[in-house]
Amino acid sequence: MVKINGTELDITDKSVAEYIAENNFDIKRVAVEFNGDILPKSHYETTMIKDGDNIEIVSFVGGG
Amino acid sequence: MTRNEWYSTLEMRHGAELQKKFSSASVAVCGLGGLGSNVAVSLARAGIGTLCLIDFDRVDISNLHRQQYTVKQLEMYKTEAMKQTLSCIAPFYNIITHTTRLTEENLSLVADCSIVCECFDNAECKAMLVNKISECYPDKYIISACGMSGLHTNNTIQTKRLGKKLYICGDGTSDINDDTTLFAPRVMLCASHQANTVLRIIAGKYEV
Repeated sequence: MVKINGTELDITDKSVAEYIAENNFDIKRVAVEFNGDILPKSHYETTMIKDGDNIEIVSFVGGG
Repeated sequence: MTRNEWYSTLEMRHGAELQKKFSSASVAVCGLGGLGSNVAVSLARAGIGTLCLIDFDRVDISNLHRQQYTVKQLEMYKTEAMKQTLSCIAPFYNIITHTTRLTEENLSLVADCSIVCECFDNAECKAMLVNKISECYPDKYIISACGMSGLHTNNTIQTKRLGKKLYICGDGTSDINDDTTLFAPRVMLCASHQANTVLRIIAGKYEV
């Protein structure tokens, strides 16, 4: 199982980029914490989600 | 007021050891709007030694609604107006200004600051700064803000920590759109979360 934003999910064979695209995140507005580190955007396509991963996806909103 | 009088006053309040840390710190405030102008004022009052202020914009009448500017400062560059204001609060510290738009290409403007406050109002710019600082300057702390619009409850404004050096203040969801706007108190609440996080990091307290 994979934990994404606190929810346990059963995900296999999917990259971070694919997950973001399939779940209506705007890739220009996100930051991703991947197992405790901020994942560089250039790694989204090559980083595969696997069992035991803990991921937080922050979707920035406007205002400031 | 002399430099010594001001410094002694801060030392009496904070203790010599903590004040030394505050005075030695360099903090970048990226964006001088509702968030950044309030963050900058808080940090100047706390005695942060060097503030690097970055914004391309001028003070507009609509800014008076929630930003730390006055009527007399309308049309001034925000960097100049903030420098003017902060010199009345903390005249003996370093205020560095860059009147420019901070982008991926000129990120080196914050190179000398150990803590970077993301105080933009645009969601894509927020994401850009957070991601690029994390990638290019992994030793720096980033204090970002996300979600503060509307007259929602105070109690959803929080500070979260991601990775080892990224902190995000706000409710995480309240976007600005046609139906909602920003109000000074809630924006200041978020800015205070940011400024307090800066002080805590300088003091060696990294948990949220």
